Amino acid sequence: MERADRTLRGAAAIVGVADDVSPTGELDRTGRELEVAMVLDALEDAGLTLADVDGVCHAESAVAFAEYLGIHPVFMDSTMTGGSSYEVHVEHAAAAIAAGVCDVVVSVYASTPRSDRSRRRPAARRVPPGPNPTVEWDLPYGLRTPMGPYALAAARHMHVYGTTSEQLAQIAVSTREWAALNPRARHRDRLTVADVLASPLQVSPLHLLDCCLVTDGAGAFVMTSAERARTLRKPPVYVLGTASCTDHMGISQMPDLTTTPGVVSGARAFGMAGLSASDVDVLMGYDSFTITALLHLEDLGFCQKGEGGPFAAEGTLGPGGGPLAMNTNGGGLSFTHPGMYGMFLITEAVRQLRGECGEHQVEGADVAVAHGSGILLSVMSTAVLGTEATL
Amino acid sequence: MTTASGDTPPSRFEPPIGAESGPFWEATREGRLLVQWCTSCDRGVFYPRAFCPHCAAPGSALEWRAASGRATVYAAVVEHNPEAARVAFSGGEPYCVALVDLEEGVRMMTNVIGCPPDEVHSGMAVTVTWEPLRDGRQLPLFRPDTGEAA
Repeated sequence: MERADRTLRGAAAIVGVADDVSPTGELDRTGRELEVAMVLDALEDAGLTLADVDGVCHAESAVAFAEYLGIHPVFMDSTMTGGSSYEVHVEHAAAAIAAGVCDVVVSVYASTPRSDRSRRRPAARRVPPGPNPTVEWDLPYGLRTPMGPYALAAARHMHVYGTTSEQLAQIAVSTREWAALNPRARHRDRLTVADVLASPLQVSPLHLLDCCLVTDGAGAFVMTSAERARTLRKPPVYVLGTASCTDHMGISQMPDLTTTPGVVSGARAFGMAGLSASDVDVLMGYDSFTITALLHLEDLGFCQKGEGGPFAAEGTLGPGGGPLAMNTNGGGLSFTHPGMYGMFLITEAVRQLRGECGEHQVEGADVAVAHGSGILLSVMSTAVLGTEATL
Repeated sequence: MTTASGDTPPSRFEPPIGAESGPFWEATREGRLLVQWCTSCDRGVFYPRAFCPHCAAPGSALEWRAASGRATVYAAVVEHNPEAARVAFSGGEPYCVALVDLEEGVRMMTNVIGCPPDEVHSGMAVTVTWEPLRDGRQLPLFRPDTGEAA
């Protein structure tokens, strides 16, 4: 059978989600305590218990976390692709469940950089294993991370396509409009394009308000087979398509700064789902920076390459019934961003498809995409999710 | 600013020497810019490797060649807050970080100096210049290519 004919479509579902954020940006709990709470909350949401879990995903060590939980899983995945890790976990869990490797998988994330700083806890430090060429070839030049590499992408996009700072700013503005409808969001005050442009330049062309927040946050999700999902507490959210791709690690090695590997992950995920961008009701597109979200709009096919600026500038990505609702929780720009934001793309997408989002609910949402971006535009992972009606 | 021992703190992060990059750094001592070249597919390779990422040739197919030093800016940005970037080499002033495409077809990160940082732009012609490191190696930087010798 050809690869494209082997499919995960509808084989697995997300059946439980949980997350914890605060409008203050800080949480009281941290570390393992917070992770365990998320797992138990997500299992409760699904109507399952820890005894049902036979698969664990954790971006640092699934083994260490399973030990802490005192469980003996038969599937363990410590894939770490930065912020897209949790979309990759969806992909790997769906594949493992479909292949009969395991039955119930949890993925969990907790990070408290904001309170670590204010309470003078030692900051968690994640250093990639193995030789890291960026230390030798990039670090001497003082490119601030993470924003510097994204600024380079924005500068190149502006040069090639005439994209403007005003167009990028509109993404922050539309995203803030969603945050205003979400009482859990960190920032809910009205924002204008002029406000974004008046905020201090960091690494030009990016202004402070082109950049995501730094907050505490945690979350977890639970997946199982479609068959078992139908017996559980909440309406299943099916994985219709899932794919990932990387084309570089360090920004100097990115083949084209205006095109991410999301072109590949998106096409494959939509291909598996049998859907296209025009079918999507809610796009949860990783917005570490305004330029990140703009690149997703183009690379996933919501608009043509190079037209992301004018597309975003229409201002229809915010609430108000436009054809595409993007980052309905308020995004990494205004809701929360603890460092690896991809978990919150999933929790929000699932809640939108269940109709649980209250004031920021997109009416009749049947298809949502969680599109994670990891490291420095390095690893894109796309999960196309749908309700029962989409099967 | 000085440290408790009275030494001036390093103004520039001194890069480690990777497993395959010894010849590159040795040549910088004499102000020569080398790039790896794959004799199998006739393309430049950067960063240095023991393998050609273009054609999968083994390291034995790679040789070091002198680069012209001429390059074109691919993308450039300006750091407006050197303190936030924890960088001292610019003396607190905004500085340009760029990706430049060498004539030999490889791309590297650098600082473009010798003009106001916000004047550096994609497509600009630049040429290599050198900043001494403490151990005698030199760091390749670039400046606007005016057609004159440095």
